[in-house]
Amino acid sequence: MNRIVDYTVGEPIRDAKAPTGPIEDRWETRKFKARLVNPANKRKLHVIVVGTGLAGGSAAATLGELGYRVTSFCYQDSPRRAHSIAAQGGINAAKNYRGDGDSIYRLFYDTVKGGDFRARESNVYRLAQVSVNIIDQAVAQGVPFAREYGGLLDTRSFGGAQVSRTFYARGQTGQQLLLGAYAALERQIAAGNVTMNTRHEMLELIVSDGRARGIVVRDMVSGEVETHLADAVVLATGGYGNVFFLSTNAKGCNTTAIWRAHQKGAMFANPCYTQIHPTCIPVSGEYQSKLTLMSESLRNDGRVWVPLAKGDARAPGDIPEDERDYYLERIYPAFGNLVPRDIASRAAKNVCDEGRGVGPGGLGVYLDFADAIERLGRDAVEEKYGNLFEMYERITGEDPYRQPMRIYPAVHYTMGGLWVDYDLQSTVPGLFVIGEANFSDHGANRLGASALMQGLADGYFVLPATIGDYLADAHRFDPVDDVAVAEAEISVRTKINRLLSINGTRTPDSFHRELGRIMWEFCGMERTEESLNKALELIPSLREEFWRDVKVSGTAEELNQVLEKAGRVADFFDLAELMCVDALHRTESCGGHFRAESQDADGEALRDDEHFAYVAAWEWSDQGPILHKEDLEYEYVTMTQRSYK
Amino acid sequence: MKITLKVWRQKGPSDKGRLVSYVVDDVSPDMSFLEMLDVLNERLILTGDDPVAFDHDCREGICGMCSMVIDGTPHGPQRATTTCQLHMRHYKDGDTITIEPWRAAPFPVVKDLVVDRSAFDRIIQAGGFISVPAGSAPDAHSMPVAKNDADDAFDAATCIGCGACVAACPNGSAALFTGAKITHLGLLPQGQPERMARAKAMVEQMDAEGFGGCTNTGECVAVCPKGISLDVIGRMNADFLKSSK
Repeated sequence: MNRIVDYTVGEPIRDAKAPTGPIEDRWETRKFKARLVNPANKRKLHVIVVGTGLAGGSAAATLGELGYRVTSFCYQDSPRRAHSIAAQGGINAAKNYRGDGDSIYRLFYDTVKGGDFRARESNVYRLAQVSVNIIDQAVAQGVPFAREYGGLLDTRSFGGAQVSRTFYARGQTGQQLLLGAYAALERQIAAGNVTMNTRHEMLELIVSDGRARGIVVRDMVSGEVETHLADAVVLATGGYGNVFFLSTNAKGCNTTAIWRAHQKGAMFANPCYTQIHPTCIPVSGEYQSKLTLMSESLRNDGRVWVPLAKGDARAPGDIPEDERDYYLERIYPAFGNLVPRDIASRAAKNVCDEGRGVGPGGLGVYLDFADAIERLGRDAVEEKYGNLFEMYERITGEDPYRQPMRIYPAVHYTMGGLWVDYDLQSTVPGLFVIGEANFSDHGANRLGASALMQGLADGYFVLPATIGDYLADAHRFDPVDDVAVAEAEISVRTKINRLLSINGTRTPDSFHRELGRIMWEFCGMERTEESLNKALELIPSLREEFWRDVKVSGTAEELNQVLEKAGRVADFFDLAELMCVDALHRTESCGGHFRAESQDADGEALRDDEHFAYVAAWEWSDQGPILHKEDLEYEYVTMTQRSYK
Repeated sequence: MKITLKVWRQKGPSDKGRLVSYVVDDVSPDMSFLEMLDVLNERLILTGDDPVAFDHDCREGICGMCSMVIDGTPHGPQRATTTCQLHMRHYKDGDTITIEPWRAAPFPVVKDLVVDRSAFDRIIQAGGFISVPAGSAPDAHSMPVAKNDADDAFDAATCIGCGACVAACPNGSAALFTGAKITHLGLLPQGQPERMARAKAMVEQMDAEGFGGCTNTGECVAVCPKGISLDVIGRMNADFLKSSK
């Protein structure tokens, strides 16, 4: 199993298929030039959508509304459970309802800058344009956003933004938006336009005659391996943060769908761009199974601090004001506690590395609401953050109204994903990738409240407008090749049988935990050439041990959660390796990718635009990954070194 | 802490099922309830036993997937808390805890603690939506909503669809779940055009799925992890009656 991890450089990607011309016209131009499918023909066209989060749920519903025949899959027991549901803070939109200087152009500008100049201008501009439609759509569906007494929508400012453009539903914005998409999806299921398959897991992509034509899934209840064919396949299977074992993702989130697609020819872009979220509840022990995010909206009113002195073990309330270090406000006076996530995370790590961290193991910093409670009153704070405070108390047994929260960074989101063009189509024709599963809009760092925006933009508005152009040719597609189908099924069965037959001495979770520790330590918040080389030594040897010594109990023909887990861990190993290769080759720092060798005198991330202003799209091959570069050009936003001071 | 667990084991829908005892002797008070089960399962895998199957996903109290009756109470002893957010600091050394699946005819057991809740999806399919195809919406500010109505709608909309209400109800009624959706959409101006048809269709589907009738015992509210109010059932009944006139 030990693969050579050196990579080769392949042909650059010259055309991501965005129209040219003024940036504000490009999306209109693309929509107008996209061929349409006759409504009578749409009913004959079959689209598979995998995943039912904000992107997949909204896409399946919208494609159903348009008249396509849709088959949708999710691994949970209901489409309503997808992990988008856990997003807390809000959704950005350039509505400028506040008249505070916001605009589509400003949201575009902030997103390109926030992404540290590693996203495509055309995509980001379209995202900002579509953002306004999302709010209209969600409100019409009955999403109960927070409102002012006059009946109009309330907004707040959110990590990294100086305008108030984030719409929210208390601390449960993701839940409310997902339930909106879920309701739309259920409506289409009732109408017979969408066939829903819950408790099904995609394990292989079927590529026939160079096109994505179906998937192989496992029915997680009966264990049956099923083949589903279609004219196009849409992956909306989320991010791969669980490669770190501990992350804010749901336990079931995994990379298998996109990794299978990657091995079938879809390039994987920027896998090393992972976002570490600064405000999570710290780890409490070895048995920890996941990490819980505290929405960074808390940073609007909470103040981050640690004791000035190392090893100060006093209770927070006993530390006088002049012996506290409000380090974000000190180092970044302009943005203070609202600096972007990567900056806030690294700053927390730095103060903990200095020995000034708080709580068990010194891996935590305070997020203090005492000033906000005094200024706004407890009721106002409760109105904004009540459910988050409750969640914190439930997990830690501490009351954040009386003593500051303890927070620490945790893996939260992955900006990398399958490479897609402007139409959201991967390098496999007919395979579209939306939401967190693709790489497209956030560059090297995603701004707060932009994940919900991108997922819904892709699902409600972008994919439904672009997929027709591909499907307009569907009547010319060859019949699906039986050999391709048989091969895909055999590959699934072989892998399942192999996992079941090893009968070793370690559980899949124990391997996953160890892989996660390697990734967090050597390919986490701060990466070096040395640490990445170390990871690239450790991962293949652990993978070899996995395939020799993993223990998977039970059989294939039943509900078997150990088997599900083992299959996902196996793919995480391969992905982990590619992440390290990507992180090693990108010797610059940018956004969520911080190479210790590339920082300025103040310890800030230092980009190398001359050598790295490109998307790194990796092609799978048995001989090691092949790098294809897509150069990024900035016509509108001048590339500058980010400064939040 | 040493904890004795009596866990419902059932191989499949047709198996009769039984309680099986396990001892977990290294439980930390900071563990979540599910992390304790993880520890048990890791051990069972290595001894070649079948680990306990249970539903869970987000482990932060919002996806609604976890579903265990703990010592007779859906989601366990802590009010307004899902199983995944229950922590072992609420137990003490030597405790015995009984864990069973949701028990209700419309939620058949799939395996061990895993049940089939697709009946809830079909209730939503019957009318738990506002019919607005993507792209057809007017500007969001064209329809102001009084803050009180928006807040009340939000409170009802926080339902996570876990089904604890059904599991707690002596009649196995889904009135709290169904009423929550009817209330959420019925309080908003956008929800008015379909309001009566929605109430009728959803209540009829609820009955067709085999859920029992509501007799206002309030057990549902006592276990609801999101604190949905009994008022939503009154609203559902009122809209249903109006729709039937």
